Amino acid sequence: MSIVLSVRGLKKRFGSTTVLDGIDLDVARGEVLVVIGASGSGKTTLLRCVNALVPYEEGSVTLEGTEVYYTAPNSGVRRGDRQLARIRGDIGMVFQLFNLFPHLSALQNVALGLKVTRGLPKAEAQARAEHWLTRVGLSDRMHHLPAALSGGQQQRVGIARAVAMDPKLLLLDEITSALDPELVGEVLDVVRGLAKEGMTMLMVTHEMQFARDAGHRVVFMDAGRIAEAGAPRDVLGNPQSERLRKFLRRIELRTE
Amino acid sequence: MIDAMIYALPFLGEGFLTTLAVSGLVVAGSLVLGLVLGVALTFGPAAIGWPIRAFADTIRAIPLIVLIFTVYYGLPAMRVNLSPFWAAVAALIAFKAGHVIEIVRGAVQSIHPGQMEAAKSIGLTFVERLRYVILPQAVRRFLPPWINSVTDSVKGSALVSLVGVIDLMMAIQQVIGRTYEPMPLYVLGALIYIAVNAALSVTSRRLEARFAATVA
Repeated sequence: MSIVLSVRGLKKRFGSTTVLDGIDLDVARGEVLVVIGASGSGKTTLLRCVNALVPYEEGSVTLEGTEVYYTAPNSGVRRGDRQLARIRGDIGMVFQLFNLFPHLSALQNVALGLKVTRGLPKAEAQARAEHWLTRVGLSDRMHHLPAALSGGQQQRVGIARAVAMDPKLLLLDEITSALDPELVGEVLDVVRGLAKEGMTMLMVTHEMQFARDAGHRVVFMDAGRIAEAGAPRDVLGNPQSERLRKFLRRIELRTE
Repeated sequence: MIDAMIYALPFLGEGFLTTLAVSGLVVAGSLVLGLVLGVALTFGPAAIGWPIRAFADTIRAIPLIVLIFTVYYGLPAMRVNLSPFWAAVAALIAFKAGHVIEIVRGAVQSIHPGQMEAAKSIGLTFVERLRYVILPQAVRRFLPPWINSVTDSVKGSALVSLVGVIDLMMAIQQVIGRTYEPMPLYVLGALIYIAVNAALSVTSRRLEARFAATVA
């Protein structure tokens, strides 16, 4: 199995606060790796370091062997704007608050990266955007502005925008946390479909049921470290640490 | 009074065109300069941001008339020889740019940071992020204060008459010098300035409505 994402000794501090305290992590092609943990445990920061939305100073993040933020692992030399942009184009990201471009229609949201980053001709970008919007069930909403869409629909546009780029890795950052409960299902169904087709994913979520049945591996983060990792059945069904047991109890209580 | 105004009109044409030229140059020049410096101030490192901030704050703290005289009399001392016209235009552009920098910064910073992140995540470069994502949204917040500043520029252009440029204001003075009837001429001048700025206000309201419609 080939490794798509490799994280080694990743540390991140904000001022005097250590948010990531030495993360080692591999994601294999086609793998769905689910990251869980209490708020403040560093899981969102981990995701944001992967596509360098947050710069990291120590350790290494490589996508198919290419260091993301620096010209080489531990070189300390930052990549230029264009180089970094090209690498980011290969890493899709779906955001908790969707972050759709409010001045563009659903179709334009999806087509923008295809046109500008991938350099596809307009017609081709449009066709590909239409294809993906149809895939996420929005064929009748393509020309709507984000403000005219429900939260679930907006997030499906967000997913289409990310996967249309044909990324090597898809980052999903608590993508259902801002949704009304009845809209969560439609979004997770889309993700389930992508997982089945072999999309490589690194996903932060509080949806334990989803982690159990769609995740290949679960990582529990605590205080900037990976505290437990393994098959969902083991990590979620047979937690080893008191911290994880406590965390799971709190989550279960919330969802029941 | 009306007779005096009608008599004066033919003598004001050239000055009026000069006023329009000064206003147009100032608006365009300050827009380009303010846009570049405003973006640099918002996104650039402190080493770039600090001098820009100092420039914007200083220039806005100087009375415009002082600025015009400083450029007009100061530049020749530095062996830069500008005609009165260009000296006055340069001073006005610098002054206006100070305002545009602030307006740009305010408009760009009002865009949610998630927009920049989303634009990064689909692989756009810095310039592409500005062009396709940030500026199209910022323009809606930029327009109302900027149009205000444009009408200010038109009014401020009257000060170029003080360094001997024959603009609308100066042309009016010259006619008064012949007729010794100041009131009708100043009223006429006021009406012309009002007409120009009213036209700008109407245009701005149309623009705002158009951008409000495209960004819900």
